[in-house]
Amino acid sequence: MKKPKSVLILGSGGLKIGQAGEFDYSGSQAIKALKEEGIRVILINPNIATVQTDKKLADAVYFLPLALEFAIKVIKKEKPDAILLGFGGQTALNLGLELEKKGVLKKYKVKVLGTPVSTIRDTEDRDLFIRRLNEIHVKTARSKAVENIEDAKRAAKEICYPVMVRAGFALGGLGSGIARDEKELVEKLKEAFSSSSQVLIEEYLLGWKEVEYEVVRDAADNCITVCNMENIDPMGVHTGESIVVAPSQTLTNDEYHSLREIALRTIRHLGVVGECNIQYALHPKTSDYRVIEVNARLSRSSALASKATGYPLAYVAAKLALGYSLTDLKNGVTQTTIACFEPALDYLVLKMPRWDLNKFELASTRIGTEMKSVGEVMAIGRSFEEVLQKALRMLSIGVDGFAPIHRTMNYLDEIKHPTTRRIFALAEALKKGVSTQKIHQLSRIDPWFLEKMKNIVDFGAKLPRAKYSRDALLQAKRLGFSDKQIAHAKKTTEEKIRALRHRYKVLPAIKQIDTLAGEFPAKTNYLYLTYHGSEHDVTEGSRATIVLGSGPYCIGSSVEFDWCNVQALHTLRENKRKTIMINCNPETVSTDYDESDRLYFEELSLERVMDIVEYEKPAGVIVSMGGQIPNNLALPLQKNGVRILGTNPKNIDQAERRHAFSQLLDVLDVEQPTWLEVASHSKAAEAAENMGYPVLVRPSYVLSGSAMNVAFDKESLLRYLKRAGDVSSEHPVVISKFMENAREIEIDGVAQKGKLAIYAISEHVENAGTHSGDATVVLPPQRTYLETIRRAKEITKAIIKELNITGPFNMQFLAKDNRLMVIECNVRASRSFPFVSKVTGHNFAELATKALLGYDISGEYRTVELDYVGVKSPQFSYGRIKGADPVSYVEMTATGEVACFGDSYSEALLKSMLAAGFRIPKKKVLVSLGGDENKVKMLPSLQKLYEMKYQFYGTEHTAEFLEKNGIPCKILYKISDKREPNTIALIEKRGIDLIINVPSKPLARETADGFEIRRKAVDMNIPLITNRQLAEAFIGALAEQGGNGLKAKAWSEYV
Amino acid sequence: MKLHLKDGTSYEGQSFGAPPAGGSVAGEVVFNTGMVGYVESLTDPSYAGQIVVLTYPLIGNYGVPKKERFESQKIQVAGLVVSEYSENYSHHEAKESLAAWLKREGISAIQGVDTRALTKKLREHGVMLGALSNNGKPRKFTDPNDENLVAKVSTKRKHVYGTEKKRIVLVDCGAKENIVRSLVARGATVIRVPWDYDFSREKYDGLLISNGPGDPTQCGVTITNIQHAMKKNKPILGICLGNQLLALAAGAKTYKLKYGHRSHNQPCIESDSKRCYITSQNHGFAVDEGSLPKDWDIWFTNANDGSNEGIRHKTENWRSVQFHPEATPGPTDTAWIFDNFMQSLK
Repeated sequence: MKKPKSVLILGSGGLKIGQAGEFDYSGSQAIKALKEEGIRVILINPNIATVQTDKKLADAVYFLPLALEFAIKVIKKEKPDAILLGFGGQTALNLGLELEKKGVLKKYKVKVLGTPVSTIRDTEDRDLFIRRLNEIHVKTARSKAVENIEDAKRAAKEICYPVMVRAGFALGGLGSGIARDEKELVEKLKEAFSSSSQVLIEEYLLGWKEVEYEVVRDAADNCITVCNMENIDPMGVHTGESIVVAPSQTLTNDEYHSLREIALRTIRHLGVVGECNIQYALHPKTSDYRVIEVNARLSRSSALASKATGYPLAYVAAKLALGYSLTDLKNGVTQTTIACFEPALDYLVLKMPRWDLNKFELASTRIGTEMKSVGEVMAIGRSFEEVLQKALRMLSIGVDGFAPIHRTMNYLDEIKHPTTRRIFALAEALKKGVSTQKIHQLSRIDPWFLEKMKNIVDFGAKLPRAKYSRDALLQAKRLGFSDKQIAHAKKTTEEKIRALRHRYKVLPAIKQIDTLAGEFPAKTNYLYLTYHGSEHDVTEGSRATIVLGSGPYCIGSSVEFDWCNVQALHTLRENKRKTIMINCNPETVSTDYDESDRLYFEELSLERVMDIVEYEKPAGVIVSMGGQIPNNLALPLQKNGVRILGTNPKNIDQAERRHAFSQLLDVLDVEQPTWLEVASHSKAAEAAENMGYPVLVRPSYVLSGSAMNVAFDKESLLRYLKRAGDVSSEHPVVISKFMENAREIEIDGVAQKGKLAIYAISEHVENAGTHSGDATVVLPPQRTYLETIRRAKEITKAIIKELNITGPFNMQFLAKDNRLMVIECNVRASRSFPFVSKVTGHNFAELATKALLGYDISGEYRTVELDYVGVKSPQFSYGRIKGADPVSYVEMTATGEVACFGDSYSEALLKSMLAAGFRIPKKKVLVSLGGDENKVKMLPSLQKLYEMKYQFYGTEHTAEFLEKNGIPCKILYKISDKREPNTIALIEKRGIDLIINVPSKPLARETADGFEIRRKAVDMNIPLITNRQLAEAFIGALAEQGGNGLKAKAWSEYV
Repeated sequence: MKLHLKDGTSYEGQSFGAPPAGGSVAGEVVFNTGMVGYVESLTDPSYAGQIVVLTYPLIGNYGVPKKERFESQKIQVAGLVVSEYSENYSHHEAKESLAAWLKREGISAIQGVDTRALTKKLREHGVMLGALSNNGKPRKFTDPNDENLVAKVSTKRKHVYGTEKKRIVLVDCGAKENIVRSLVARGATVIRVPWDYDFSREKYDGLLISNGPGDPTQCGVTITNIQHAMKKNKPILGICLGNQLLALAAGAKTYKLKYGHRSHNQPCIESDSKRCYITSQNHGFAVDEGSLPKDWDIWFTNANDGSNEGIRHKTENWRSVQFHPEATPGPTDTAWIFDNFMQSLK
């Protein structure tokens, strides 16, 4: 075995729907596996919030777009011996294939490790794939690859409607769906062809069971399946949208092992070396099967399988890629047995997706063959009822378990045509007495699952009248009911139920995940809690430090908090503290069992954390590194006598409660936007009138649509309130003055005993009104006056002192004219912690953890005067969210972020935008500017663009305006005008390279022509800018950079 | 209902099978870590006399299929211990629920037991005698290994399957049906004979010694018969108990493992190719490698604990495996052993 000296790993870029945190896990494991061998690791990944881009991991990190031009530059410079393509999702795989196809790898003598490129092609190209599987008589769905609409129609007729349409080479089923007739087919094709040149028309397998196996093979041809999984939602719902259990529950030995045998045969025939995933459809009445696809790379499923079994798939895959065989490697969990085995589970896991569609106005909640979920949770337990109810609570969407939710809905319809609420529709149907047979007919969900769900509903119905006996309590707990659920049913308090449980000794047992179902002694520290157990697997702990994780990824809380948590764990370890991690998100690095001394893959609820605290007797709990979920637990935990490290939870609470914080600002004489809390529609209108429109509306209870909105007049205000549903003293609404044309500044920092220790100040490119998570952020600030920075720092110091903060914090400001206002203060690590840490070169999370532990962290930190610029851009997933308006708004919609460095602001901005999926326009730009202000203000920028020889197209008024100002611009007509040239037609023909569409009132959410252009841009995958400040910045940067190549410098060359 | 162990501990749970005859049913308590295949395991004659603990917590999910799917005519285990029995089952092949089947066949079963805790205990202390009981602690724990279990589960008379040219004598020490199916499917005539049957007068091309329950040293007659067969130049294949019997016939020794191998995920390394196979296993005794005569060598080794998983004669076509190439339950990775055996027949 000749090991390479240096290896290039391609990352997966910004988190987007279909490709999320799981690739931070797989990339990090691969880096660890290579580093152990003394190999130099080079990583390209612009996702600055990841653990894999930490200093301690790769030897050289490139925060660069995952695009051909940049990859070539890095390869030229670093001259790696080899490359790994399987650890950065579809993005890395596609880029790898491109590098190979263009001859780059050959030219620079870069060897592809692991699965050969020819195998990857066999799995990615549907025709090749089917042919290869035919060679060994393995059945695939009848399918035809087509490259134009006519061929597609013919293929569909041959296969018979309904058919499945899939875009080749796409991640997470993008551009796929069911076509019931030719009309639907043509609709789907337009979209599918926009993201791929090859489209597949396939046999439709509605209602078949969907089963997956994770397969590992080494170069010596040893081949194993590490885990199988069964989707509760059968075929027709994307596996990323499905509730999934592992191992399978309804498969017999014959089914399990015949699919396993096919998996081994197929993977051997294809020649995968490393890890892959094979998906099947299994007929529920005949046990006939079809292979749906093989992903010859680490995937979301493999991350889940790793966490479900304790088998470190990514780590093993990296070792196998180097040439090790499975028999050379140890089982990392037992340390005594070998890696060539198949884990036996003595528990089951359930994965549930987390959606955030209510963040998107107009988005459809239907789920199907395309992925829309933004995150997931995994529950571990020893009964189906237990894991189902656990998982529902883990989602942190405000439900306590499996029960109907208070939303009017047509539950039978939502069962038949699945929506994101299907699981609750099932609860409702069962509660209303609909038979499992009927539900099975509607949903095709296997009756076994439905009967288990019915158990929960039936018991829940009996609960209010049940006696407070030990048996009843134990049964409730074994069925996964939380104390809160029981208390709710019994009309008492959670505390009382907890006390009762203690009296009756109804307590959960702590069990290990040991990969061998107890057969061999294991040193494993990977734990979960269950009520189906009579003894603990581990001894009582003492004096460890607990770190509370961030829970499921969702919009606004994502990999950045996992990064913070992992930093906290590392810092604790470096300071000789024993560590305990509690988290429930399988897409994270923090839940790798080697990151902490004990890992509890558990709920982040008060009840569960208390269960663990009572057994572990920790020295303290860190709540400030995992975002809002642990932050919300600070006060309740303290009330239960738990020591919270850092800022007193009472003070955290003071910053969280609007009234208290506002009062504090008043005392400190710090300005804030005017606001009022009201309990009725009329009071709201009155408040808005007094402040003057526009106002920001924030109801505390929301029925549908997004929570926050900007109202420009009484009519829109009342519309939002009406949609919110309930405005009352119980559910008040906050009306605050919305500042137009204000700029946003943020300070991230760490304080110790009320004194500022380190801070970083960054500015937003977009004006206030764009959510900070959707904004383009620049560090150090380029346009903010020193005086403003000084004042922001003064205010920050005053607030820190008043709240006596120890640990991380984040402060947000509005700057307008000479005024500086505070919008909010978070007494916890913020989304931008990894960004400011990696740009300034000071690890804020590490310093914060040290501050929490009481170490003196005072010192000189250079964070403002830097010789380079870092720009962070949002990563959107609008392509996935059908019907959503891709315009920046007060509600966050970005699913991830990327950041790049530059020697200048313009270089950093361009790289960062490219890294988020933007493309530099070649020639043709469509401009559509609403209102006079936008037109006038944009004119100088458009002039620049014109001087750069770009051709303009414009909607009627914009075109007229440009022509009048000496910029030639072709008029494009609205679709409703039925005149040529038509806007939509040109976009559909892909005759445009860039679309700048700025609505007149960007926050008014107009739905007319502007929306149609924006939506079409997204559907046709054409770069789109909807914000004037960003358009100006982009054009400025483009002009400044001109023909200069964007540099491929490693992180260490900047910082 | 309670599960009592010989060391005095007991586990309380709920009965879901037949009530124990006379209030209590005894056996050797062993655990199996397979996640599917309870029907196949329960009907595997190698489990005769044993109370089986299934470590996978949800059992009964897909019900019980028709008899043709079984590994023998009836449930062989003495008792069954699970964490949670699933009363509702769902599968197109299911004919009845697991509980209905257990009740019909008079087999006791208990649910609600912390099977992981129990498994850890068995792992630490080794397999233990125990009893399922409805009325207090039983007075004595009978050791099933004291009696000749093979004699109990073996076929009582000769059966012939198929009319193919290649004839295989299958010595049924408690053979699983899938051994017969695997051979017939490969074009053999199978002559299934009782464990103590003198097959020397049968006309055959190959000899297969099956799996079976208990201590191999109880099968003296079989061992003698194998020694006679070794005088003929015919291929011999042993499976599971057959591996131990072949070893004893060759002059080697066997010993009892602390808690045996009962699972579907045992990695076994083949000596020549160094290839690792995932195997299905169910045995409490093993071949003592050190006692193998000079003309024998090791064919397979367990990659986890280094125990013997197969032996072969250096010149003759006599070989045996400790695992189950016929699978059911478990992985089918080593089915090629039947192919090779068939090819070796002249």
